[in-house]
Amino acid sequence: MVTEFNIENLKKDFKSEILEVTEKNPRRIIVTIKPASILKVAGFLYKEAGFRFIIASAIHTKRGFEIHYHFSKDQSGLILNLHVILDRENPQVESLSNMFNATNWIEREMHELFGINFLNHPNQDKLISEGNWAEGVYPYRKDFKSTTKEKE
Amino acid sequence: MSRKTLIPIGPYHPLQEEPELFKLYCDGEIVKDIQWVTGYNHRSIEKLSESKTYDQVFFLVERICGICSTSHPFAFANAVEEIAGIEVTDRAKYIRSIIGELERIHSHLLWVGLAGHFLGYNTVFMWAWKYREPVLDLFEMITGNRNSYAMFKVGGVRRDIENSKITSIRKILSDVRKKADLLTGAVMDDPVIHARTKGVGVLTKQDVIDYGAVGPTARASGLPIDVRKDDPYAAYPLVNWKVITAEAGDVFAKAQVRLLEMYESMSIIEQCLKGLEKEKEGDMNIKVNEIPEGIGHGRAEAPRGEVFHFVVSDGSNSPARHKIRAPSYVNIATFKKSCIGQTIADATITLAGVDPCYCCTERMAIAYDFSTGEKIMNAKEMIDHSARQTAGLRKTSTECYE
Repeated sequence: MVTEFNIENLKKDFKSEILEVTEKNPRRIIVTIKPASILKVAGFLYKEAGFRFIIASAIHTKRGFEIHYHFSKDQSGLILNLHVILDRENPQVESLSNMFNATNWIEREMHELFGINFLNHPNQDKLISEGNWAEGVYPYRKDFKSTTKEKE
Repeated sequence: MSRKTLIPIGPYHPLQEEPELFKLYCDGEIVKDIQWVTGYNHRSIEKLSESKTYDQVFFLVERICGICSTSHPFAFANAVEEIAGIEVTDRAKYIRSIIGELERIHSHLLWVGLAGHFLGYNTVFMWAWKYREPVLDLFEMITGNRNSYAMFKVGGVRRDIENSKITSIRKILSDVRKKADLLTGAVMDDPVIHARTKGVGVLTKQDVIDYGAVGPTARASGLPIDVRKDDPYAAYPLVNWKVITAEAGDVFAKAQVRLLEMYESMSIIEQCLKGLEKEKEGDMNIKVNEIPEGIGHGRAEAPRGEVFHFVVSDGSNSPARHKIRAPSYVNIATFKKSCIGQTIADATITLAGVDPCYCCTERMAIAYDFSTGEKIMNAKEMIDHSARQTAGLRKTSTECYE
């Protein structure tokens, strides 16, 4: 069941999708791919290479919105990040939740906190603020200002 | 046509130690669907973390969870040390592992007690919590605190375990082992516990892979996922131990995995104490000058499963982004598979079976004004909001649907 995973094969198989591969050390690899091909590459990792999805982290940077999808190859201790950079104005990417359930919550969370739109997500309701958050306010964006002083 | 009844468990319920609302949609006694509402316990820790220095973040992440309060600093230390390329001294590794494993023992004892309580078997609850006390005393002796130990820092640990204390640690541990024998024997052979937990809340291997579940939840379904083995950190590669798994995937298998894991933890602690005697006292810190730019992934095996911290550093003295994934976050989602088709009485123990920790699951929320999202609510608005929420809950708890 446990198949050997080789990053060189991934580079070869998905040559047109991969933009950049950073190997920090043999157990931490970051693969930057085109956002449009996330379903294809993540599907390969999950279904064929036997990776487990840990979590995804969204970051708001100068380049726009970045998402790191963290995948773990258990037994070998490898963490592979699928890294996509999304458009600043209209961040959207295909949802992985139809492929496996592990991404369901985190995509809802990223939608709620960063305003990233996940296409074809089964249920993109708010996860953690139980629907009492103001619409269109995304507190984890860097340009969000939290004001604690009350206006009179 | 079937008529389903909604049975709410929570948000505040005597069975649960923390607030969370589960809505069980039942047909007669059988649970047909389950929904949950989170968000009662948000503290916005990920966002807060961006405003703290690396040293302060340790105290912050320690407060994510009261029970497994070491696993989060552990994972955060791993992440930051990966960014800075630091390898801590062997003495610090041993001390870290000792704290981590002691925590596993007390957390598993706590769970066994709670599981007994959920089954209405309060003798187990009283026993397990009584036997957990010496472990907490041990914590007090080593770290000065019964909880939130504040032992971790970048590059090492804050306090040393003096070699003079090792004898008394061994003595308390052997007492704990005797009590654990007693408890394990009682729980594993009890016909009532067998009848209530065997074949209840079964998760298959495929379910676990699908939901990405971790920790004892995954190991009870036959998947040997354990970060301590897979991605070794601290002193775990230096000692001998094995990963406990079970095949059945039901609540009994989860209990079995947890109880047997306690013995592995005790064995790890004993080996670490031996290692500690060989190392020089006080050699537990290395100097860290600065945290460079970069990203780091920290993993640690908490009692409930893998804790994952992702830290992005921009070279300043505080993280630019800090993502935390606690094990309950993925484990709670498996209820959709394990609860449906059970009776209501079994659903409670199934919910308890993954040892859910809601504080871990929820880390973020700030109270904002409804319409503008600009300011934090004042007292009056807060009370109004609370009244509205309560009215809503009253409505849902009496709601039935066709």
